[in-house]
Amino acid sequence: MAKLESSIKNMVMSLTFVSLIASALLAGAYALTKEPIEKAKQDNTTNAIKEVLPDKDCQVGDIVEIKLDGYETPFIIHPATKNGELTGAAIETYCTEGYGGTLKVMVGMDNEGTISNYSILETSETPGLGAKAGEWFKAKGDIRGKNPGKINFTVKKDGGDIDAITASTITSRAFLKSVQCAFDAFKQYQNK
Amino acid sequence: MALLTVSGSPHVHSTMTTQKIMWGVVIALLPAFLVAIYFFGIPALMVTLVSVASCMFFEWLIGKYLLKTPNTVTDGSAVITGMLLAFNLPSSVPLWMVIIGALVAMGVGKMTFGGLGKNPFNPALVGRVFMFLSFPTAVALSEWPMPNPLFASSVTDALTGSTTLSLIAHGGELPPISDLLLGATGGSFGEISAIAILLGGIYMLCRKIITWHIPVAFLGSALIFAGILWLIDPTQFVNPLYHLLAGGMMLGAVFMATDMVTSPVTHKGQLIFGAGCGILTIIFRCFGPMPEGVSFAILIMNAVTPLINKFVKTDKFGYKK
Amino acid sequence: MNGLKIIINGIIKENPTFALLLGMCPTLATTTSASNGMAMGLCTMFVLMCSNMAISAIKNLVPDKVRIPVFIVVIAAFVSILQLVIKAYLPALDSSLGIFIPLIVVNCIILGRAEAFASKHNVSDSLFDGIGIGLGFTLALTLLGSLREILGAGSIFGLKLFSGDGMLLFILPPGAFIVLGYLIAIVNNIKEKKK
Repeated sequence: MAKLESSIKNMVMSLTFVSLIASALLAGAYALTKEPIEKAKQDNTTNAIKEVLPDKDCQVGDIVEIKLDGYETPFIIHPATKNGELTGAAIETYCTEGYGGTLKVMVGMDNEGTISNYSILETSETPGLGAKAGEWFKAKGDIRGKNPGKINFTVKKDGGDIDAITASTITSRAFLKSVQCAFDAFKQYQNK
Repeated sequence: MALLTVSGSPHVHSTMTTQKIMWGVVIALLPAFLVAIYFFGIPALMVTLVSVASCMFFEWLIGKYLLKTPNTVTDGSAVITGMLLAFNLPSSVPLWMVIIGALVAMGVGKMTFGGLGKNPFNPALVGRVFMFLSFPTAVALSEWPMPNPLFASSVTDALTGSTTLSLIAHGGELPPISDLLLGATGGSFGEISAIAILLGGIYMLCRKIITWHIPVAFLGSALIFAGILWLIDPTQFVNPLYHLLAGGMMLGAVFMATDMVTSPVTHKGQLIFGAGCGILTIIFRCFGPMPEGVSFAILIMNAVTPLINKFVKTDKFGYKK
Repeated sequence: MNGLKIIINGIIKENPTFALLLGMCPTLATTTSASNGMAMGLCTMFVLMCSNMAISAIKNLVPDKVRIPVFIVVIAAFVSILQLVIKAYLPALDSSLGIFIPLIVVNCIILGRAEAFASKHNVSDSLFDGIGIGLGFTLALTLLGSLREILGAGSIFGLKLFSGDGMLLFILPPGAFIVLGYLIAIVNNIKEKKK
């Protein structure tokens, strides 16, 4: 078969033909993967909620968005209930003052506000330094079992009670700030 | 490479050789070295010895087995790189890190480009920035060893505290200026005493190893720029004298920016080079995430040096416009 | 030309990273660990095989003057499909490679092979070329990623080799340039000696 000539008619036909087939393929792929993608996204959130909640066998209720003064984006609260009573919550919180930008964290706490666990959802901190936040605050600077309402939830350098990640004070500050926000948002939710 | 061409034409033949220049710099570094040993003791001595020895060893090793060039270890340039690298480190740094830093300084910073005279970046700074970024917990410390004079009456071990620069960046009470002049301050052990470094600088000026252009432009532009910031908002920015005396500013301006291989050849070019270093340093210190910026400023200006050389040409000798 | 010869040519003589120096952006950006580098290489290889075959099959239907837009449409379609599949079934890979999967569209290796090879050869040869170049790219990225991970994090494919953090610089962007530079120097040195 000889190669098609570059006439206007041929060019338009060829481009249209290729684009149509490509679009059809894409539409098919999109339709096939739509459900799994949404499921994967949801699994990600539910897993994070499960991981951080104090009481594992409880029901996670509908999300509530709480706005705090001075923060544009609302904080998302996933209240956990058992036999109709509130046992704690998983809070999607964030801080925009990380070393590499926004830090998104899922924090779990009980009714008192004592932190049960946390999980980093999104981070662009420096690998090997700020990116250690995922383990650090469960090890050396353990925040689990601590209550931001009772102790000073800032790094030791700022007069607080938490060990900062070695050589990553900025990340540590941002992380602790996000946890503090989660606490404040949860208190506001409880008072409603 | 017996003779160095360090200026634009015309050139006059002189008895100055690479060796003489390099050993002159080593002598000029001695006052700062003695101050370092006085305040930080044996650890400072050990870091310097290990750094110098490994720089010389790696230069010999790479030169002999990889590049197969004539032996250049005795010209003293490796000694200077070793000393400057060590002077930029805290005395508490583990010695194996110093050896890796020396390997990077000589291997990546110098020998990769073909050895002395061909490296675009100051090798000691390449080594230091490498260590700074690679071992942030050991080199970019938040708690630095504090000076503890050899002959102090009370023997306390391993005092730590913040450097003047991190006090500037994060807030806190600043030490008196006199401490910064003499060296009784925390920091990399070779950069603590402004007076000792200036002594070395004056010696090099007298021996005509360096000219005044780069240090004066570097310090002057930093002073003016930091002064302007200070006048705009004295609550946010500190007294420019602190910027001048604290951290690596003095060491950088006198010893590292003046490295003749990596700085421009004409006096006009050297003034531009120095001013660029000074302004960049203050920008990094005041607006960057890290307290110190001298090494980054000098490395960036090293990269610009070929451009400066291209645009600031001297007229041909005897040529009239 | 037989298939094996084309594949070996893609891995060694025309290795996209060490010989052609194509696709430097993903090479430098995604090789922070051995597994990331390998995953990126395999994704690129998949797209390369599909696009090479498709372009070779339609090469006579495409007039010369519009060949580049047509190639890009074909490549973009395959990359989008790949991205959707990864998002659906490998969400962990999606979060670690992130933006670099859609960016495969603009990887010059793929357009380069479409233009230089697939539009001139038959479908089976183009497939072999896709496999060869893809394998060469994967091997190079895995090697680079392994070296950076060993030096920078003290581990390989996530397995800890020695305790401690390693030299962080190698995980950071400058480390990619330094390691790649030395690897190319070593490869060139070996090539010189063989001549």
